[in-house]
Amino acid sequence: MMVAAAITRDSVPVLRRGVRRQFDRTRNCAILMAPERVIVLDEIADAIIESFKPAATVSDIAAGLATRFRAPAQEIEEDVIAFIRELNDKGLIVL
Amino acid sequence: MNARHRPAAPLALMAELTHRCPLQCPYCSNPLELLKVAQERDTEFWLNLIGEAADLGVLQIHFSGGEPTLRPDLAALIAHATARGMYANLITSAVLLNEDKLQALADAGLGHVQISIQGADPATADRIGNYKNGHAKKLEIARLVPKLGMSLTINAVVHRQNLDQLPAMIGLAESLSADRLEVAHVQYHGWALRNRAALIPTREAFEAADAIVAERRAALRGKMVIDYVVPDYYAAKPKTCMGGWGQKLLNVTPDGRVLPCHAADSIPGLEFERAGLSPLKEIWEQGRAFETFRGTGWMQEPCASCALKEVDWGGCRCQALSLAGNAAATDPVCHLSPRHEEIQRLAESESRADHREFIYRRL
Ligand code: SF4
Ligand code: SF4
Repeated sequence: MMVAAAITRDSVPVLRRGVRRQFDRTRNCAILMAPERVIVLDEIADAIIESFKPAATVSDIAAGLATRFRAPAQEIEEDVIAFIRELNDKGLIVL
Repeated sequence: MNARHRPAAPLALMAELTHRCPLQCPYCSNPLELLKVAQERDTEFWLNLIGEAADLGVLQIHFSGGEPTLRPDLAALIAHATARGMYANLITSAVLLNEDKLQALADAGLGHVQISIQGADPATADRIGNYKNGHAKKLEIARLVPKLGMSLTINAVVHRQNLDQLPAMIGLAESLSADRLEVAHVQYHGWALRNRAALIPTREAFEAADAIVAERRAALRGKMVIDYVVPDYYAAKPKTCMGGWGQKLLNVTPDGRVLPCHAADSIPGLEFERAGLSPLKEIWEQGRAFETFRGTGWMQEPCASCALKEVDWGGCRCQALSLAGNAAATDPVCHLSPRHEEIQRLAESESRADHREFIYRRL
């Protein structure tokens, strides 16, 4: 069996084609819209996806969020990697 | 009866723009009584419906049919849905599309195209869809979808007469750069129910398919998602049909009736309101057809006292009707249903029948 693509500090995640982040005014929450799917985003998840930029690595994203949420960079980086892995398994991003 | 409270807003709208289709798949889930072009609703009807659905909180719209690309107003409807913040999905056989038409749909905001394949090679696929050169055309269009920035799902409907091609169909989806492959065993509604004896796979073939999907899914993680719809008749637990009756989804037929599920039409005695005549919000919250099987108050035993009743909501109502003769019965797919073993025996005996001929779907 093949091993899942490794996600590292240097990975550059971007949303896969056909996946969009937006705000749902009816339910008052941030969401990710994907083919036949709606994923509700909490504040951190939304902030992570908002930080996706061409060439922004996982560690760039984590550093930005650590400043914004005044949280330890190490901890944030672990959260970011775990979340990116989840999005990758669901086919919502490309690395 | 269960306490009446207002249902949460629906998430998805299935817009069946037409029943017309150039293909004639014998497993089509459309009803046996297909609606004709004169019964279809006009552009204004669908534009208004999309507006009402957006106001209600619908986030995903699925343009389906029949073949939705037969409608010249498809791009306009997609554009309107997108402008109202909805995510537009297109469920198509793709045989009527070309690059210009597809580009127009992409420009309108279409996010996702789901293309069905009937097999892995032209001979098998074109025989099942009963449409010459359909397979080649599908592949040509499928290749364009990712190039135009849209998500591509290949939908492989599998049954006894093509299940041996499953590995090849998975390989085909990969070679088309599909983002997702849906391997769906036929669900026996509409035309499929009529053709069941020619379609149902043996238990052994089903188990082999299961193993193939599990192995490929793990190997393709992060590259292509494989979703798998198991054949009801060999399952021990029923599906949570439609995410629960009247809880997530609205289905609007080509003639404008609002159904809780695309097969709900098959249940005698249910009456469906027409969009445009009453507000969609009222139909969703109080429509008789929606209220009849919403929640758990309608349930009989064994569902009524089952711990899972709010998990699977008693399974599929249409299947309860077609297999147990009563839409309010426990879905016979459930191992707790008194009809369960009988249904499994029926499936196994039909699956061994020497029956290959199809009754093709026609208008
Ligand atoms: S299942 Fe086949 S016949 Fe039915 S609508 Fe789809 S492509 Fe057409
Ligand atoms: S008895 Fe009814 S609620 Fe319980 S598992 Fe079976 S179908 Fe679901």
